[in-house]
Amino acid sequence: MSVLVYIDTLNGKIAKSAMEAVQYGSKIGTTTVITNGSIGERSLAELGAVGASKVLVNRDLASDDAAQTARLVKAAAESINADTIVFSQDLTGKAVAPRVSAALKAGLASGAIALPDSDGTIKVNVFSGKAFGKVKVNTASRVIALTPNAVGVEAGSGTATVEEFSADLGNSSYTIKEVKKQEGDILLPEAELVVSAGRGLKGPENWGIVEDLAKSLGAATACSRPVADIGWRPHHEHVGQTGVAIRPNLYIAAGISGAIQHLAGVNGSKVIVVINTDPEAPFFKAADYGIVGDAFEVLPKLAAEIQKLKAQN
Amino acid sequence: MKLLVCISKSPDTTSKIDFTDNNTKFNESGVQYIVNPYDEWYALVRALELKEQTGGTVTTITVGGAADDPVIRKALAIGADNAVRVDAEAGDAYYTAFQIAEYAKANQFDIIFTGKETINYNGSQVGGMVAELLDQPFVSLATSMEVNNNVAVINKEMVGGVEVIELNTPFVVSAAKGMAEQRIPNMRGIMAARTKPLEVVAPVACDQMVSFETYELPPAKSDCKYVDAENMAELVDLLHNEAKVI
Repeated sequence: MSVLVYIDTLNGKIAKSAMEAVQYGSKIGTTTVITNGSIGERSLAELGAVGASKVLVNRDLASDDAAQTARLVKAAAESINADTIVFSQDLTGKAVAPRVSAALKAGLASGAIALPDSDGTIKVNVFSGKAFGKVKVNTASRVIALTPNAVGVEAGSGTATVEEFSADLGNSSYTIKEVKKQEGDILLPEAELVVSAGRGLKGPENWGIVEDLAKSLGAATACSRPVADIGWRPHHEHVGQTGVAIRPNLYIAAGISGAIQHLAGVNGSKVIVVINTDPEAPFFKAADYGIVGDAFEVLPKLAAEIQKLKAQN
Repeated sequence: MKLLVCISKSPDTTSKIDFTDNNTKFNESGVQYIVNPYDEWYALVRALELKEQTGGTVTTITVGGAADDPVIRKALAIGADNAVRVDAEAGDAYYTAFQIAEYAKANQFDIIFTGKETINYNGSQVGGMVAELLDQPFVSLATSMEVNNNVAVINKEMVGGVEVIELNTPFVVSAAKGMAEQRIPNMRGIMAARTKPLEVVAPVACDQMVSFETYELPPAKSDCKYVDAENMAELVDLLHNEAKVI
């Protein structure tokens, strides 16, 4: 098997989801990575530690234009005769993978959460995380878009060879006028630990205890839909069916009742902790650990205990 | 402007998800179908707002059988001018995208809208595929959009923030939260929808590239373990030593 993995390194970093995609590819076959941007050769060679044999880097394309990125991936796929092309199902993957699939007539399995089975079918998320489907690809080559945080990464040793790669990318289809960076270091879709709160917090001025707990854990903050809709928190923090779907290792929800639409965005979490004053809150049914209590008292206590644990280690 | 909005039907967000026929089919019994929320709340409503601003027409397109007609009428009740249904049971995303692209080639639209994904298959595939088949730009995950004299300024989600881009029509855009606010159809809209044109067209031959073989539900969650609100030391111990997540 010849595998091509596209990773987005435009912001100068190799995201965890990118490493997941590379390692995923390397478990299918000999893996070549294609990327663009200005990231250094040495960092790219380190992708060998997660299974890449070779890294192709294009220095001409400095935007996330889906049409141009798709042309780059297509050219790389043709140059190495790839039969499997892997993307992370992140914002770039969602824009580019379908174009590559249609351009190469290679069936797309999106939202993959596991390696292909021995019969070639690929397990994917469907019904907003409420079920899984097994997808069979009927074309000679295939495209797989891997759900972030669905498979782990174990770094080994090894370095990949790095080669410059140029291709006819055509013209950009749009001009970028402005980039507004999100505040905070930990991006919600990639976060392993997430602290989330809802209407039970009573007002935006009370979010300090949520942020303190998040800080003690090194977690990202999130919120429920009503809280984003009334403007207590920014929309990019809204997790749920119509917001961001996340799969962290730990999801702590305070003052969120657990409507089915909220659960759809978080039920891929490995461990769920629910804090609510109402013992009948439906969220407890989906929780691994439950605390019936007032978030205003529980969150600071929890943050203090976590700081104690961090101090010991 | 001529605007085309891709409309998919999806089960109501509160539907119980279940499968039949040896887990090969979605169990439709008791399921209420709705317009896929991203298609309705964000894509369709933004298209209608643009039409109200600058004039033009809003056409919806759906690939599906006659059972999809009530959902299409809902889109007409919200305000679309006319609807097209490609008369085929929806196969994979590529099949759907191919039908939409064929219709769009023959009818030339300024902007083609999709929702960012459907809530049943979550693939985010159709928009990008339509764009590729038409060789047009694809703007994924737009959260706001203004159009003046065929130049669009769009805020789109990017990894770690928002990007403001400018491009000329024609293009394909997928709509995310923020593009518009949900509109509830009024009685006049519902009455008018009954007589608005819903054209049924035959599909164009196209092979499916992928198929869903089986489905499964996630394993049942084990019971919730309760921890006393006074005893956060115990919770931290459980998260550290039992769940091993911190």
